[in-house]
Amino acid sequence: MRIGEIQKLLNARLLCGEHLLDEEIHTVCGSDLMSDVLAFANGQMLITGLINPQVIRTAEMMDIRCIVFGRDKMPDAGMIELARDRDMVLMSSKMSMFDSCGILYQHGLRGEE
Amino acid sequence: MPDAIRMRFDVDGDDFAGAGVASSEVKRALKKLGMPPDLVKRTAICMYEGEINMVIHANGGVAMAAIRPDRVEIELCDRGPGIADVELAMQEGYSTASEQARNLGFGAGMGLPNMKRYADEMTIDSRPGEGTTVRMVIRAR
Repeated sequence: MRIGEIQKLLNARLLCGEHLLDEEIHTVCGSDLMSDVLAFANGQMLITGLINPQVIRTAEMMDIRCIVFGRDKMPDAGMIELARDRDMVLMSSKMSMFDSCGILYQHGLRGEE
Repeated sequence: MPDAIRMRFDVDGDDFAGAGVASSEVKRALKKLGMPPDLVKRTAICMYEGEINMVIHANGGVAMAAIRPDRVEIELCDRGPGIADVELAMQEGYSTASEQARNLGFGAGMGLPNMKRYADEMTIDSRPGEGTTVRMVIRAR
């Protein structure tokens, strides 16, 4: 699924990475625990309720290209700048992590392979 | 490529938010050198977990990486409190991390097990009261 379609489905606000909306995502990880993301996730996208620079760093280490923050949480300017520099998409959605995951699953996206 | 490309970083123990800079630099260097993607990712994970540990538990330290044609060697040295029981620390779920570390999404007792999972070799040399040195080797597969 294109990142642009994900943005529409989650009714998410795009914070950076406009040029990556045509990139395809197949696997998604939903977690607030970064060590879990580092341990098990083979995902290309992360849905999280956690807001701090280590979320961007974790995504960077895992080659995750797109992060969606749930419950309308907003990263600060430093986090957005770091993500932009690492060529990532950041989005913020009003939906909870549970709902976001459910909607994306319903539309064919999956967790780890 | 020469015998080894060596990188050395001072990891600041007071900068929770800034942790990960050394791992990021090493990952970028490996990518630039055209190392296999799987090696790059495993190295990044091992070093990042180690770097986070140094900040969370040991007030920082020194992180070093030696990049060789077929492998990466990582050495993380700190003068923190040391690990009293290494075997216990290696168990998934065991953690002595602070509330602050947990708030950042770490401290769930996954760091050392993660490092062991992704590294081909790992040794922990720790003396309570003196510090800890973690050495890891990640090989191209």
